[in-house]
Amino acid sequence: MQEHDTSWVRTEMALAQPAPASVRGMGAWVRTNLIGSVGDAILTIIGIALVVMILPQVINWAFINAQWTGPDRSVCATVAQGGIQADGWSGACWAFVNAKFGQFMFGTYPIEERWRPILVAVLFVALLVPMLIPRVPRKGLNAILLFLVLPIVSFVLLVGGMFGLPHVETSRWGGLLVTLSLSFVGIAVSLPLGVVLALGRRSKMPIVKMLCIIFIETVRGIPLITVLFFVSVMLPLFLPAGVTFDKYLRALIGVSLFAAAYMAEVIRGGLQAIPKGQYEGADSLGLGYWQKMGLIVLPQALKLVIPGIVNTFIGMFKDTSLVIIISMFDLLGIVKQNFSDANWATPQTARSGLIFAAFVFWLFCFGMSRYSMYTERRLDTGHKR
Amino acid sequence: MATENAVSAEEIKVNAAKMQISTTDVAIDIIAMHKWYGEFHVLKDINLKVMRGERIVICGPSGSGKSTMIRCINRLEEHQKGKIIVDGKELTNDLKKIDEVRREVGMVFQHFNLFPHLTILENCTLAPIWVRKTPKKQADEIAMHFLKRVKIPEQANKYPGQLSGGQQQRVAIARSLCMNPRIMLFDEPTSALDPEMIKEVLETMVGLAEEGMTMLCVTHEMGFARKVANRVIFMDQGQIVEQNTPAEFFDHPRHERTKLFLSQILH
Repeated sequence: MQEHDTSWVRTEMALAQPAPASVRGMGAWVRTNLIGSVGDAILTIIGIALVVMILPQVINWAFINAQWTGPDRSVCATVAQGGIQADGWSGACWAFVNAKFGQFMFGTYPIEERWRPILVAVLFVALLVPMLIPRVPRKGLNAILLFLVLPIVSFVLLVGGMFGLPHVETSRWGGLLVTLSLSFVGIAVSLPLGVVLALGRRSKMPIVKMLCIIFIETVRGIPLITVLFFVSVMLPLFLPAGVTFDKYLRALIGVSLFAAAYMAEVIRGGLQAIPKGQYEGADSLGLGYWQKMGLIVLPQALKLVIPGIVNTFIGMFKDTSLVIIISMFDLLGIVKQNFSDANWATPQTARSGLIFAAFVFWLFCFGMSRYSMYTERRLDTGHKR
Repeated sequence: MATENAVSAEEIKVNAAKMQISTTDVAIDIIAMHKWYGEFHVLKDINLKVMRGERIVICGPSGSGKSTMIRCINRLEEHQKGKIIVDGKELTNDLKKIDEVRREVGMVFQHFNLFPHLTILENCTLAPIWVRKTPKKQADEIAMHFLKRVKIPEQANKYPGQLSGGQQQRVAIARSLCMNPRIMLFDEPTSALDPEMIKEVLETMVGLAEEGMTMLCVTHEMGFARKVANRVIFMDQGQIVEQNTPAEFFDHPRHERTKLFLSQILH
């Protein structure tokens, strides 16, 4: 081709070729991600060094030196501390968790009645798992069973006092039972309530809008501890004499309303991200307000804010620990309460108990997080490139 | 642009024969209508009578209020003064009436406004099922019929995000047609499309016009206006400045603003 030749015609279209080896495979990944530059390489080396230094100690403490079973504190204490371990021994005291496992799960729920929360847990899992798997049919029926029937059945089973079941005071509930039941009700109530509040806040009706704003801003502006205090200490003052509210129920209401206020703002963020054209498209077809919201706007808005919604769920799940402020013992509360058991008091007890509690919390939160990511991918029809 | 799609006199005659415009049946009647955005007087004294079967092209510079005007016809925008009567029903704050009108008036938007979380088929069947209460099976059949008509039945189970702009706009037209509307509004249907896709959408619209659909199109496709419109309306500064048959409008514009506009776009 000449230097100033401006006329040229391609005679054959170029064919697509495989990418060069430098951008494919393991070697390319290491080059770009681990040793991309001098700084990257240094950070990689520091990272590997930290793992090499810390990981063996953790494994040693948590698994190799750990005591898994035992009757009392002696298995987790050195000779000097009145136990059987050699001086200088350090390991996790899983024997403590093992011995107290029932309490961690159910609090002081009577042992002979513990089949009731176990049955509730089994029912819960049996209904939740098919709900979470998209392929399983009959989602509507499943949802009714999970969100309407199960709470009623659980209430009857857990509280008792009818159908020949002995009554169990909610003050005897504790552990994971409290954590999970508070969270489940909180999630099941806060999402629909949050949707209603978010729609209300964007409503054109001034009174509805004002009520929603007042609720959201009031609840959001107050720490959860204060809300819990309020419902447990102050609420009885406003109720007529003789009307008493169960403490657990009060915590349930407090947590649910609190989460709903946060949820409303998360969902409002999603609603704002839906282009006006979607509303107009729905309007132009003659869809009514609820059809437009339920079929067009909310499915898209909720999908957009799945990370925010799950963030709120996870936050609420962990915040249930604050019910300790109204002397209810959730998982963390009951673990901490057991530190003072003289039978198990060793230097390793608190550490082991807290790590166990943290692990259980993490397990549930991580599960929620992974499931939300799966859902996001599944619902992604945008095909954004 | 106009010369490209210039239509022979013969063709115009054939089209005119197909145009069964009613002389008595008024589809849309806009009487002394005004609209304000806050303090801004955006539409001034709009008077327009559209007969059934008529095809009207509305053009004008940007900001002249042409989109706002046709959006008033299905109450996506509210007017503050005057009357709009669509299919014998006057548009007021009566929500039931508004929904009735919207059911009979289809609208196609510049940016398609398909529902991205639903498949093409679901986009088309949603309104028939929920608004017209058509059984799902029947709604599916109707949707497939119209998807075939806009020549994309094979895309029925894809999502809007997987289609090209031209295909999406054709789906949007099919979605409106599934409601069996008596009037169709087009709000710059080809303005957001790549040049290569404009033709396929215009062909669909021409087909619709030949079947006698009452149509109002805001568009700058002057070839389309010459081919199918029986009336071209020119708007500027929120008012109708000139209206005429396409031949007269393009060849002998009368208002100074119209002349200027046409000289700008028909270079």
